[in-house]
Amino acid sequence: MGCKVLSFVKSILLLNQLNQVVIIATGYNTCSYIFDSSVSSSTSTTPTSGNAGMPAFCVELLEKLETFLIKDEKLSTSDTVDGVGSSLLSGSLSMALCYIQRVFRSGPLHPRPRILGLHGSPDGPEQYVAVMNAIFSAQRSMVPIDSCVIGAQHSAFLQQASYITGGVYLKPQQLDGLFQYLSTVFATDLHSRNFIQLPKPAGVDFRASSVFGRAQSDSSAASGQKRKNPS
Amino acid sequence: MDFRVVNLLDLFSPYLETLSELAKLHKQFVFGGILTEAEFWATRKKLLDGDNNRSSKQRVGFKSAMISDIKPLADGRTNKVAFNLTPEIIHQIFTEKPVVHQAFLKYVPNKIDFWTKYYRAEYLRSTKNAVAAAVEATEDEELAVFLKQDDTLASEARRKDNGISRDCIKEVAESQSLYDQYKRNLLQDLNRHAVVVLEGQSIVIDDLQAPHEPPIAPLCIKDPRDYFYSQQANALRTLGEIATGAKPVNYHTSTREAYSYISKSISDIKSEGIHDSVVKSGIASKVLNSLTHNISSTKYNLRRSNRETVLDSLPSMTKEELLYAVLEHDLDFLSYLAPESSFQHWTSIQELLKHFWSSYPIRTPYLSTKVNKLKDAMANIYGKLQGIKESVQSDLRHQVSLLVQPMVQYFLDPI
Repeated sequence: MGCKVLSFVKSILLLNQLNQVVIIATGYNTCSYIFDSSVSSSTSTTPTSGNAGMPAFCVELLEKLETFLIKDEKLSTSDTVDGVGSSLLSGSLSMALCYIQRVFRSGPLHPRPRILGLHGSPDGPEQYVAVMNAIFSAQRSMVPIDSCVIGAQHSAFLQQASYITGGVYLKPQQLDGLFQYLSTVFATDLHSRNFIQLPKPAGVDFRASSVFGRAQSDSSAASGQKRKNPS
Repeated sequence: MDFRVVNLLDLFSPYLETLSELAKLHKQFVFGGILTEAEFWATRKKLLDGDNNRSSKQRVGFKSAMISDIKPLADGRTNKVAFNLTPEIIHQIFTEKPVVHQAFLKYVPNKIDFWTKYYRAEYLRSTKNAVAAAVEATEDEELAVFLKQDDTLASEARRKDNGISRDCIKEVAESQSLYDQYKRNLLQDLNRHAVVVLEGQSIVIDDLQAPHEPPIAPLCIKDPRDYFYSQQANALRTLGEIATGAKPVNYHTSTREAYSYISKSISDIKSEGIHDSVVKSGIASKVLNSLTHNISSTKYNLRRSNRETVLDSLPSMTKEELLYAVLEHDLDFLSYLAPESSFQHWTSIQELLKHFWSSYPIRTPYLSTKVNKLKDAMANIYGKLQGIKESVQSDLRHQVSLLVQPMVQYFLDPI
């Protein structure tokens, strides 16, 4: 799974030299930036020793991810047996939007960013208000939020996010073809979406968070990742 | 024909020419005696309003040709020459030579032969006789104004060019002789003329201004019915899931186990590196096929549910919503089946219904005769609709009758 995602990131960067990708990892207790393609140290191609043909940015990315995991695990207080809890979706959405605003205000280029949420954990009802705030601010700044749900259940938050901001929501049926899903659906830039048909969900689950129960849980990865693509 | 009707026709005739559907409706109702002109055009007043706004407020700019090309009429017998001055020419002279403009403002209320002097100055200058010019200038102060070089223009030019003179005016002023200030180059005239023409009138054209708003998404109030359509599909899907017995599988994994799983997968990637083939070709083609199928099927489902629910909700609406729904109805399908005639029927029906409902409540005998006439026309169209139903092929008849039935319903009710 991880190498598929890394290959996807690499292919986005290859599509256009002006593309930028930022990866934010969402844990239970924290979120943090794992990768930023605009920082020059991550694009060096000198291979480090002991790694079979992996580009330097992957190594760095994975190291950062490991440190993030260790930190997040340390901050966990209780060990719940009930199943995997919800990750901090609202936190990472907010971080992504802040980064986008910073790029808007500082750089000479005016990119057209979008957010891709790769999400496995279930929705946490306590984050409803924060997530809705993030969604509305994304709508106002015209940043679409795409969602790729790799968990076992649909995510109502992300469905609403994609519907409201005009992004694409997809729950892949076959996870070993994840790279194909990502590159077919989520690699399209905003200009091409005017004439390329992307999958649309037949209905959007608009139920408010109070109706959510904790009936479902899954065993997949606990952290989701966020991405930002300028063009 | 009364006077007012003639006016209306004249007023609206350009629209009759350009909009053929309007012309057809007009012919059908007004000449069929069902509606009068006044009633027909009463609802279309906004066509006129739109036109008034279109009258352009642009002013014509200056011509590129220089004014000195305009030759005066020379009278052979006497020594008089006559210049033909139009307001546009005067305007252009004033814009090109602000000195002349100021002189005009200063002297004209008092003396009338302003233009004579102006052209005298032009003549003197064209003879390039600086001495004569100087002599005349000392005699007549107004001529002096015209003959001297325009200092304001020169200083402005100097300022713009950062000292690099383009008008061939000598920068160093002290070496100028007395007569130099009466000389003027063709080049200076040309440049000044070009500047004036290119600057044009300082008109602010609203359309060409850049929009000042920051990039914010505009308010988008959607039709609330869309929500219910989408929920229908949702409900169907959950029903389908329950029916097939698909239950979510509960895994009991603790958070600690989740963390260790990820750490393990990261170290796996580190050791193995990224594979060359990230996805197998068989799986990739399966994914593509399923995506295509998904896209085409949702498109079909959404469309179908859209149409049916609009029809179902029609009988329970109030009259305003009826008109709204009738106007918004899915005409593509019907017009595909029975082309021009059905579209014509739709527009006639809309027109009749509009006038019918607007004449309620019936308070005067005029309105009641109008309503009766409308009723007869509607009965007429009802017959035609029955004809449509029969003429269409049998397998599509059900669809057509679904669409036609509401129209029919509403004719039967008033009658």
